Amino acid sequence: MSLPKPDELLTDVNLYKTPEKDWMDIKPELKRGIYCGIVEPNIMEDLGLPSFGKWQVSDEKWPLPENWKEIVKEEILRRMEMHRSFKLFMDICVRCGACADKCHFFLGTGDPKNMPVLRAELIRSIIKGEFSTFGKLFGKFAGARELTEDVIKEWFYYFYQCTECRRCSVFCPYGIDTAEITIMGREILHKLGIATDWAMKPVHNSYFVGNHVGVPPQSFKENLEFLTWEFEEITGIHIDLDKYINRKGAEIMFVPLSGDYFADPGIYTMLGYLVLFHYLDLDVTMSPFASEGGNFGYFNSLEVAKRLHAKVYEEAKRLKVKWILGGECGHMWRVWNQYHNTWFGPIDFLEVPKSPITGTVFEHAKSNKIVHIIEFTADLIAHNKLKLDPSRNDHVIVTFHDSCNPARALGIFEEPRFILRHVCNNFVEMPENTIREKTFCCGSGAGLNAGENLELRQRGGFPRANAVEYVHKKYGVNQLVCICAIDRAVFPTLLQYWVPGVEVSGVHELVANALVFEGEKSRTEDLRRRPLKHPVKGVDQPTEGEEG
Amino acid sequence: MNALVSFIIFGILVAIPWFGVRVLGWESLFGIVIPYVCFLVFVIGLIYRIIDWAKSPVPYKIPTTCGQQKSLSWIKRSLRDRLENPFTTWEVVLRMFFEVVFFRSLFRNLRADLQGKRLIYGSAKWLWLGAILFHWSFFIILLRHIRLFTNPVPEIIQGLDYLDSFIQSFGVPPIYITDILILAGLTFLLLRRLIDSKVSYLSYGSDFFPLFLLLGIGITGVLMRYYFKVDLYAVKQLTLGLATFHPTIPEGAKIGTIFYIHLFLVSTLAAYFPFSKLVHMVGVFFSVTRNMPNNNRAVRYVNPWEYPVKHYTYYEYQERFKDKMIEAGIPIDEEVQPEEEHEWYSLYIVGSKLPPKIKS
Repeated sequence: MSLPKPDELLTDVNLYKTPEKDWMDIKPELKRGIYCGIVEPNIMEDLGLPSFGKWQVSDEKWPLPENWKEIVKEEILRRMEMHRSFKLFMDICVRCGACADKCHFFLGTGDPKNMPVLRAELIRSIIKGEFSTFGKLFGKFAGARELTEDVIKEWFYYFYQCTECRRCSVFCPYGIDTAEITIMGREILHKLGIATDWAMKPVHNSYFVGNHVGVPPQSFKENLEFLTWEFEEITGIHIDLDKYINRKGAEIMFVPLSGDYFADPGIYTMLGYLVLFHYLDLDVTMSPFASEGGNFGYFNSLEVAKRLHAKVYEEAKRLKVKWILGGECGHMWRVWNQYHNTWFGPIDFLEVPKSPITGTVFEHAKSNKIVHIIEFTADLIAHNKLKLDPSRNDHVIVTFHDSCNPARALGIFEEPRFILRHVCNNFVEMPENTIREKTFCCGSGAGLNAGENLELRQRGGFPRANAVEYVHKKYGVNQLVCICAIDRAVFPTLLQYWVPGVEVSGVHELVANALVFEGEKSRTEDLRRRPLKHPVKGVDQPTEGEEG
Repeated sequence: MNALVSFIIFGILVAIPWFGVRVLGWESLFGIVIPYVCFLVFVIGLIYRIIDWAKSPVPYKIPTTCGQQKSLSWIKRSLRDRLENPFTTWEVVLRMFFEVVFFRSLFRNLRADLQGKRLIYGSAKWLWLGAILFHWSFFIILLRHIRLFTNPVPEIIQGLDYLDSFIQSFGVPPIYITDILILAGLTFLLLRRLIDSKVSYLSYGSDFFPLFLLLGIGITGVLMRYYFKVDLYAVKQLTLGLATFHPTIPEGAKIGTIFYIHLFLVSTLAAYFPFSKLVHMVGVFFSVTRNMPNNNRAVRYVNPWEYPVKHYTYYEYQERFKDKMIEAGIPIDEEVQPEEEHEWYSLYIVGSKLPPKIKS
């Protein structure tokens, strides 16, 4: 199936025209290119999760358990009893429509059911129709409808067209968070054995092998070796990996993202972390079992998310470290910031994080003992502990993409910008309405970064890409910097489609490239072997002029 | 269509008191019984909703952060950051204050326009303006109505009345500013629902209904004051009677049917309120993405129904990959022991026990 050309993809999008029929009367038409495939039964069974056979989304009849209606109703009620958020958000929406054009999927598809308000109505209407006397009495007039098999198909289709990015919740006058609703919707589907292959296989991998991509310990090490060899070839600096893997008694445990040691261009960010550790001679180690900070479980159910991340603290305990440092990732940081401490606390077997280099005590992380590497590095730079030469990044003009969850579930805005201003000379911002808390999703988060739904991804990523195109044309931006591993995995595809000529990297790749090492040798290339604008003169080539 | 059905229902609601009072002469029913019953439904319904929300657990601290987090001491947080990404309880209180009183989030509203292959974002404060005009005017009008239920009228209410009517017109009585503003706000909100294609598409009948009801209340109120000129003395006798639990229908006075229509619509609104989307007035205070601080990493939040889950252990992992790890020169943990069986629960795992604090 081929994707239309960029100029043609959005021709069917009209943000002002709505269908003739009422949305309740439109039967879900599940289009290829929009949805992901269904998970294999054995993946679910290995994890003990419900599964009702092997089937396809395109099948007319989905293999629902006989009492599926009772299950759905029971699960809705249970979640309303468990989560005030869900109960309240189902009750108080006034359908003011402020959220409507805030969703990147609505902007890229024009499908009214992608307006966050209608996404929520998909469940709200069932609650009214099945549980409320008012709803039963007035039906469609009051926004109520009956639960049918088509509703299940519709839920599947639209709850997997939401990346839980929370942009709508910024604009909602009551703070209604569609992520909460999507989470509940997916949880209920999970109960019926409905899950996507792309969101569940990584869970299986992470659970049994330690990371989403299923890299076993020996390959984990090999991948890192490959990176450090490359680095040695470029700079002549040798990084000894042994102490960074499964060493007991280190001060810090670092948790990387599998996307960053699996594929280009994330690998350069991973290299960036290692180079920084080496530069500082940091007493840090990684667990090959807890080699995944991200959490695809979160895209299936909160319970699976917790089952996956138990290992982060278990491993910190086993390796007898003092505190935990986490890599640049998006949803990971929502989970680490908003759930970890509740799930696994009190974390009394670790110490309050303190930078061994600057002595800074990370008071804001004193309870769950987890520090973001961006915070750690920003602190280093603020204390002048890194010798940086920003001109080594003069070959790039960068812009910064606020990844959804670090922005809207953490608020890490200034730290990465502070670092960027110190490691490169050309940093420009995208338009104000598309950054910080108003940032746009890459369109592929929350388990949607598959191949079979590429059309949806390109549509959903369009608002972000459009803002990148703006700075690309205006300022010549040629590199998008982000702090999310999914971003690094999906942006190359997105930008190649919408804005060719813009590459993607993490912050720490730029940090490492700007680091000035004692006794380093000359080099003419950056960490990914692109020519530098100003070649680095090392000890092998004594400086004569004023170059630098 | 939805709007039309809503309007018809509204029309019937207007006709009921007209018929009841004008034709049947049931003043006591419409002046005393229905207002009391509806007010009771309002109070009990609202209390029920509040208790229902208040006792539903909040498992996680999930604020939506819209400003710079509190992290490193040298990172400056502006007042805006502190309001939009609160760390302390005071900051949360202020965030809620701005949300409830000034509709902070709605003020952020933007509109996105797709022009060819370009997305353009523009400011879109009209919805905010319409909403603020309506809500504030409604609030002030409600306060003004206290004069009908008190004797003597508190000075503060008299002052409010004076301020609201400072535009002295040639005609008597002076025009209340809020009367104009509430009708303007409601008209805008109604027109927006009818004309804006997106909003119209997602509107149910039950979204139009409260607008008609409120407009009906506003218009009957205005008509009573400026056009029909009901006997205010008699009205106050009735309302004061209601307030002091000595309800009477003033004998022989000409209160006018319009008053009963006004009162009936208000009664309907009150009874409808707790069971409709209008409860957002109270619900907004419970919104977990707004009323919690973003300090999870510093202050642990406890989930009342949290339960232990089944997970894979390092021991099992190392057993599986031991040979490969040795071969690759990765240190083996010689001390690690198989984890003792621990109790775990699940909402999903087939055949498992449900968490004890969660109802089956």
